[in-house]
Amino acid sequence: MTGRPQPGDEGEGQPWVKSERQHERERTRRSRARRSTSIATASSILFVVLVVVLVTNAPGWPRVREAFFSPEWFVRALPDVASGFLLNIKIFLIAEPLILIVGVLVALARTVKAPAFFPVRALATLYTDIFRGVPTLLVIYLVGFGLPALRLQGIPTDLATLGIIGLTLSYGAYVAEVFRAGIESIHPSQVAAARSLGLSHGKTMRFVVLPQATRRVVPPLLNDFISLQKDTALVATLGLLEALRQAQIIATSKFNYTSYLVASLLFILLTIPMARFTDHLAARTRRRRA
Amino acid sequence: MSLLTIEGVWKNFGDHSVLRGIDLEVRSHEVVSLIGASGSGKSTLLRCVNLLETVDDGAIHLDGQEITDPRVNVDDVRKRLGIVFQAFNLFPHMTVLDNVTLAPRRVHGVARAEAEERARELLDRFGLGGKAGSYPDQLSGGQQQRVAIVRALATRPKLILLDEVTSALDPLLVVEVLQVVRELKEAGMTMILATHEMGFCREISDTVCFLDGGVMLEKGPPEKIFTEPEHERTRDFLRAVLDSGRL
Ligand SMILES: Nc1ncnc2c1ncn2[C@@H]1O[C@H](COP(=O)(O)OP(=O)(O)OP(=O)(O)O)[C@@H](O)[C@H]1O
Ligand SMILES: [Mg+2]
Repeated sequence: MTGRPQPGDEGEGQPWVKSERQHERERTRRSRARRSTSIATASSILFVVLVVVLVTNAPGWPRVREAFFSPEWFVRALPDVASGFLLNIKIFLIAEPLILIVGVLVALARTVKAPAFFPVRALATLYTDIFRGVPTLLVIYLVGFGLPALRLQGIPTDLATLGIIGLTLSYGAYVAEVFRAGIESIHPSQVAAARSLGLSHGKTMRFVVLPQATRRVVPPLLNDFISLQKDTALVATLGLLEALRQAQIIATSKFNYTSYLVASLLFILLTIPMARFTDHLAARTRRRRA
Repeated sequence: MSLLTIEGVWKNFGDHSVLRGIDLEVRSHEVVSLIGASGSGKSTLLRCVNLLETVDDGAIHLDGQEITDPRVNVDDVRKRLGIVFQAFNLFPHMTVLDNVTLAPRRVHGVARAEAEERARELLDRFGLGGKAGSYPDQLSGGQQQRVAIVRALATRPKLILLDEVTSALDPLLVVEVLQVVRELKEAGMTMILATHEMGFCREISDTVCFLDGGVMLEKGPPEKIFTEPEHERTRDFLRAVLDSGRL
């Protein structure tokens, strides 16, 4: 077997010497690329200048600048808002893994066909239907004010914990649907191949379907997580002193809204790395495919 | 004693009966070919043996055990069978080595080192020694199909089912995959293969079965089926294949 020539073996032949025609082609490509870059730069600058001129010439601009872009208030608000923002990050970091676990489990529960698991499947379906329909803000209200009101033993009363539970319930439903779409996008022949090797349903899911599905759903998942980072601000409604709440306190007591700008910037600073990471992963997947 | 016995197996899809009372015996070390027009039920029969489809009537025995009994554990049955699909169906997210060692490790509980050693042995034997670390999409069709065969062999099955393992390949690659099947026969492997490669079928089979609209119309040694078939339908089929230049 090994002695036989294999398809794709390198044939004999002259080594490649780049022809004059190819050199000329590459020169043309380079000069075109340079021209596109200059055009892009020029048009971007023009665009920014236009927007700045338009905004700063608006009749209300001096007042807006004072209320939203005050450097002095920026510096004064930064410490409080930033310390509140640490709570946002903490909530995000705890909620994210919980959401992933809930999402995967609910998605898997919906794939189990065994009759004994009917209630589990029905429950999983009901859960996604309900929590995708109810606005996240409402879920947080209901969990944050409703759960403690039950006064049951063992139910947490800590506001941050309740906020995390609310976010997890709401986002878990979305993420479960993302995973389910990923699982269903794996061709049935992959399952047949795994089962024919003797792998059980569970092992087929674990070793064959989920790893492929997860790869496919990473971009939409990261999108959901970017949106979760923003939605950590919703726990402000429970009275938690996170970034938005801190900014609100400053804004309403001092009649200056620069604190909102501070909070916005902090959120952007958090989401940008995530967005770039999503792009990076997508690019890597494309390269792998090529 | 026969390794596999198929008795009066029926399979319906809706109100369309795809298999209509199939009988077949396969002895150890025997190579049985299924031939017949597209849609005659070859793949369906192999999928029934593998329990990827449940039969609607009749019974299949493997090693004396009725595997069509609803109480048997399908995973236990599949541990003793290997199937190779027309479309390879390798796992694209795993390297060749991981594709081959998945079942030995996760189903048969073989330790990683041992599973990998046997996998490398098999890969070497089938000319894939340098490909252990590659991903399926980095291989040619012929290489992928050989990996699929190695994957099916890795669990030391008693019976291998090959479903048109060459029909997705171009002629040059067909040769290398058929060579693998020849080597398996020499090694004494029991095989059932669905095929459209008539020349190869004639050369390698101990028994050839002609399927026609879900009925096993004729079976016998290849010389008999290919030179003096009893049925008009078999003659027509072979003539059609001959005309298309595949004999
Ligand atoms: N899952 C299914 N649902 C409905 N009909 C099916 C299914 N699988 C197969 N069939 C039908 O069963 C018949 C036999 O199909 P099968 O794949 O066994 O044929 P085959 O002999 O393998 O053909 P080919 O040579 O083209 O592979 C066909 O008419 C096909 O349409
Ligand atoms: Mg077929």
